[in-house]
Amino acid sequence: MAQVTLRKVVKAYEGDVQAVKGIDLDIADHEFVVLVGPSGCGKSTTLRMIAGLEEITSGEIAIGGEVVNDVPPRDRDIAMVFQNYALYPHMSVFDNMAFGLKLRHFDKAEIKRRVDEAARILDIVPLLARKPKALSGGQRQRVAMGRAIVRNPKVFLFDEPLSNLDAKLRVQMRTEIKKVHQTVRTTTIYVTHDQVEAMTLADRVVVMNHGVIEQVGPPQELYHCPATRFVAGFIGSPGMNFIPARLENGAGALRLHLPGDIVLPVPADRTGRYGAHAGRPVLLGLRPEHLTESRNTDRPNVAPFPATPEVVEPMGMETLVHFRIDGAEICGRIDPAVPAEPGRPLPMAADLNHMHLIETESGRVL
Amino acid sequence: MSATTAGAAPAPRRSGSLARERRWALIGAYVALAVFVVFFMLPPFHMLITSLKGSAEIADQTGNPWMVRSPTLENYRDLLTAGNYLTFFWNSVMVTACVVVISMVVSTLAAFALARMRFWGSQTLATGVFLTYLVPETLLFIPLFQIVGSLGLINNVWAMVLIYPTLTVPFCTWIMIGYFASIPKELDEAALIDGASHLQMLWKIFIPVALPGILAAMIFAFTVSWAAFIYPMAYLVSTDQMVLTVGIVSDLIRADTFQWGKIMAGALMAALPPLLVYAFLMDYYIAGLTAGATKG
Ligand SMILES: Nc1ncnc2c1ncn2[C@@H]1O[C@H](COP(=O)(O)OP(=O)(O)OP(=O)(O)O)[C@@H](O)[C@H]1O
Ligand SMILES: [Mg+2]
Repeated sequence: MAQVTLRKVVKAYEGDVQAVKGIDLDIADHEFVVLVGPSGCGKSTTLRMIAGLEEITSGEIAIGGEVVNDVPPRDRDIAMVFQNYALYPHMSVFDNMAFGLKLRHFDKAEIKRRVDEAARILDIVPLLARKPKALSGGQRQRVAMGRAIVRNPKVFLFDEPLSNLDAKLRVQMRTEIKKVHQTVRTTTIYVTHDQVEAMTLADRVVVMNHGVIEQVGPPQELYHCPATRFVAGFIGSPGMNFIPARLENGAGALRLHLPGDIVLPVPADRTGRYGAHAGRPVLLGLRPEHLTESRNTDRPNVAPFPATPEVVEPMGMETLVHFRIDGAEICGRIDPAVPAEPGRPLPMAADLNHMHLIETESGRVL
Repeated sequence: MSATTAGAAPAPRRSGSLARERRWALIGAYVALAVFVVFFMLPPFHMLITSLKGSAEIADQTGNPWMVRSPTLENYRDLLTAGNYLTFFWNSVMVTACVVVISMVVSTLAAFALARMRFWGSQTLATGVFLTYLVPETLLFIPLFQIVGSLGLINNVWAMVLIYPTLTVPFCTWIMIGYFASIPKELDEAALIDGASHLQMLWKIFIPVALPGILAAMIFAFTVSWAAFIYPMAYLVSTDQMVLTVGIVSDLIRADTFQWGKIMAGALMAALPPLLVYAFLMDYYIAGLTAGATKG
């Protein structure tokens, strides 16, 4: 068990491609940290640098307080689970899990004890004698995790371990991974491009984009207080709505002028925060759940919001309505009991207590 | 289910024609294979018949070359009890065993390095290794004669152990580069993280996983070495140093007397070890192929 520290870590590939552009990250002991971001943002590269599979161009990586820049993977005391499992095809499940221990000269009884223990945790005891080709995807995934667990390493590294599984199994294995982490409490760094996985698994989520860290924080914090437009749009499904707007100062109160002559009052407690930006174009960020059918309009800062749905998607416990404001696609979440149909105007309400304002050029959330 | 019942009516007719098609395909395959077998088995058959004849019967112009009137094993007995045949055989076995071992060790290591360790010039080197294979031995044996001569190994059977790998190593390396390259990169990374050194990775992961390729390379090295003719012909002179291929022709053909019976018997017995090796390795080879060994 150990903490992991990244200091100004840079990875440049030949041809001046900077995959990772100087990231700083502190991961505490026992913590479950998820690196999330769109394809090509440098998540795998970061993970592989921590594993020692990729040399770092500059910066410093420390595991358990010890700088490991020049330590080969096998001496870093880490275990990694790959997207395609990477089980040794010619070895039985038992031997796959025992391989690392045998190479480290553990005695037979101890190897057996550890493998049996891991197999019990992962519920793969009956599979121990099989070869990987006789396993299903989910079972292979468990074996790959077993191979990591038996080593009892300082850090677990996962690179999109669930993305080869079907949707249902993915949800099941997600729970499984969380359970395993709660049992063994090993520091875990987990890479995914799926923000739902990130939100559900992580103690802290690291959102990456174009080789830099956009924001680090617990899932709820990222959800409610995103630091940038990218994080705001990336976290949450369906994503946050972005509506171009103008912030105007009228008689001591701020107002947002939206296309289509919609004017929304900015909550009074935000006046100080936004005041300096009056008169400038901004983006209004509003999550779908704060754009509902017209209700609670007597509550402070809930403003009526006219809309004409183009698409209505009943999801069961809620209904998603999609409409447009001046070209921007907007999604709202309404009570399934409310009758809504495409093309018929539907009075809605915007809960501005949860609004975000984003500076248009910098993408910074104000 | 409903889809299959809906389509049930035309199904029997189609499966009937499928069965008929399959039958024709089978007949075609059998005919083609029969022609093939007859064509390729006639020479060995002729050898077998001739090897069972005494020299008088062979010389007899009235006899049928495809039939034997009074079969005898004297050719085989003579070869195995008198003369140099056993020396040739032993030399061949020794040379081939050494060549196979040397080729496999060298080319496995070379292929592993070229396939997995990116180093400066590795691509060029891989191509270069293969290019050396393209120079025919009919050209190579002249300059090689000088090299072998300067090593003092002319008329020494051990020279063959030195020379044959120039034929086997490039090709075996090339085959194995292909097999090693098809092993997913994550497998070595997993092994690295599990604590394997590069040699352990090669020995415990690459060789078992790429076994079909290694067996293919082994069969190739064995065949080349067992059947080599030009080099031993050029470099080996005395009977105690000869291998089977040249030994048979030089020992059993004296001026213009051909001891046909013994030549055929000797050649047939020489063909036995490759047959055994193929039969033995092929099982593993095919088992390895069908196991889909490189799928994680
Ligand atoms: N060997 C390489 N040579 C050059 N560029 C590379 C190399 N490997 C990765 N890259 C580049 O580095 C960037 C980051 O790659 P990385 O694999 O870390 O992305 P990722 O975030 O894991 O994406 P994904 O979700 O698709 O796996 C990409 O733009 C990629 O093109
Ligand atoms: Mg990746």
